Amino acid sequence: MSGNILELTDLTFSYTSRGRTVRALDAVSLFVAAGEAVGLVGESGSGKSTLARVALGLTPAQFARIEAGQIQIDGRDATHYSEDDWSRMRGNPVAIVFQDPLSYLNPVMRVGQQIAESIVRHTPELAVAPRVRELLELVKLPAVCATSYPHELSGGMRQRVLLAIAIACRPKLLIADEPTTALDVTTQAEILGLLAELRRRLDMAMLLISHDLGIVAQACERIYVMYAGRIVEWGSTSAVFETPAHPYARGLLHAANADRDSEGRFVTIPGDPPGVGVAPIGCPFALRCAHAMSDCTKQMPPAVLLDQASGHTVRCWLHRSDGAGGPQG
Amino acid sequence: MTPALLDIVDVSKTFRRTRTEVVQAVRSVSLTISAGETVALIGESGSGKSTLGRMALGLLKPDSGRVLVEGRSLYDLSGADLRSARVAMQPVFQDATAALNPRRTAREHLLQALAVRGAATEDQAAALLESVGLQPGSEYLNRFPHELSGGQRQRLTVARALAPQPRLIIADEPLSGADVSIRGQILNLLLDIKRERGIAYLLITHDISVARAFSDRVAIMRRGEIVEMGPARLVLTQPEHEYTRHLLAAVPALPATRSSIARPGHRCAPGLAR
Repeated sequence: MSGNILELTDLTFSYTSRGRTVRALDAVSLFVAAGEAVGLVGESGSGKSTLARVALGLTPAQFARIEAGQIQIDGRDATHYSEDDWSRMRGNPVAIVFQDPLSYLNPVMRVGQQIAESIVRHTPELAVAPRVRELLELVKLPAVCATSYPHELSGGMRQRVLLAIAIACRPKLLIADEPTTALDVTTQAEILGLLAELRRRLDMAMLLISHDLGIVAQACERIYVMYAGRIVEWGSTSAVFETPAHPYARGLLHAANADRDSEGRFVTIPGDPPGVGVAPIGCPFALRCAHAMSDCTKQMPPAVLLDQASGHTVRCWLHRSDGAGGPQG
Repeated sequence: MTPALLDIVDVSKTFRRTRTEVVQAVRSVSLTISAGETVALIGESGSGKSTLGRMALGLLKPDSGRVLVEGRSLYDLSGADLRSARVAMQPVFQDATAALNPRRTAREHLLQALAVRGAATEDQAAALLESVGLQPGSEYLNRFPHELSGGQRQRLTVARALAPQPRLIIADEPLSGADVSIRGQILNLLLDIKRERGIAYLLITHDISVARAFSDRVAIMRRGEIVEMGPARLVLTQPEHEYTRHLLAAVPALPATRSSIARPGHRCAPGLAR
């Protein structure tokens, strides 16, 4: 067994709607090993949330199709899982929390009951009431919250409830899809602190999906950068942030820092992010890239390992495995 | 001495939530903006920053206090005087899609805004589009909002705000809906407008990195009060108030990127980078 809780290998995934096929993920490879924190960053429409849903079998079966590649969860091949198979995987070994807790909580059900549902479903051997108290304590909510309705809680408290439900099943991997995007910075800092503590106490791996590079830098050991359904760069967080190799990753980092150039203008990436499902031949970033060459629009570049120790890898024609590449940044 | 462009003097606003429960959204806040100055109003949700922005725009009457636009009390004006005071300040909102009429083209949006100043022509509308980077302008005139990308839609709302030739733009979270790579484009546009036209900004934001990079002065708001105000460089590096320190500490820091960008003119100036 590989020790990876989640492993996607060359996964190509598409949605079909009204005869139109939209490729949301294109040859995506990613893994999360036991206990580690991995970040997945990308802009809206890059496919990062689709990836989260695919990893839990949450995509609508009538529209969704895995075209190629493999999904492995906790050492088992989940590529061709049925809905029944998936329902056994959700909660344990893999659980998820979403951006907007209000839309994932039942508005007319007390919070304690909603946490209890998860306990009954996944760990029926446990006494429910003490376990609910224990979970509320773990996410640092007062026990009285069990009798509250979601609307009576603040945004940060609701996210804690969602976390309590997710960890109720003792997952080995928690997928957190933009868990703090709807929150204020000070609340965000509390939730990130709580996530780190829960990971330590429960020895849980995390896949943190975000458009916010800052929170990923803070919370994750490794990072993947996604653009238009493809992963374009990955490696240890420090390697990718300090020496980004892909022009998109570089631009994104400067933009996130609100860096300015010598004329005092903000560094930007020209053009617009591609629409969902626009699948150009070659590198999807070529249209916006200052370094685009003829190769870029012909073929998607292969993955090139830049540094063994940090696992820093990039898919860009500027970096060629034979060392005959163009400018290295 | 010429009066300040916008002078908010000791304004308060209370909302009644239920019969007994009241919310003090803004408590005796004062804020002055001079011509050509950029002020960022930073606060978390519920701090009252948007309420203050709406009172400054003339959209919400304060319970007490005064809003002076170039020395004239906004809520005591009527008729032509009120119109001319309102023309001096134009809003840009967070959600460009909601701020545009889905059944109107860019031309209709702009001609309506231009009409405030008198007869409007299509050429003026096209020139406005070009001034916000939608080139060639004539090509965008017939577009409906849904035929524009998110970034282009925000540019259109900026063009509409510029149409009456305001001296102050009040922008409420103009970048929150934009992706990181688009954010810089909109910031550059606002920067160009400031340089070319000398327009002042009141930028309402929760994003400290944007405030730091963009504004001359910042005001930190919390629970309806401005807790700290001063030059951006000073307040955001050596905060005096405990809340400002708490807020700044909560912003996750990015590790420094060592790479320079090969393209000329696209390099990050070391003095300006964090």
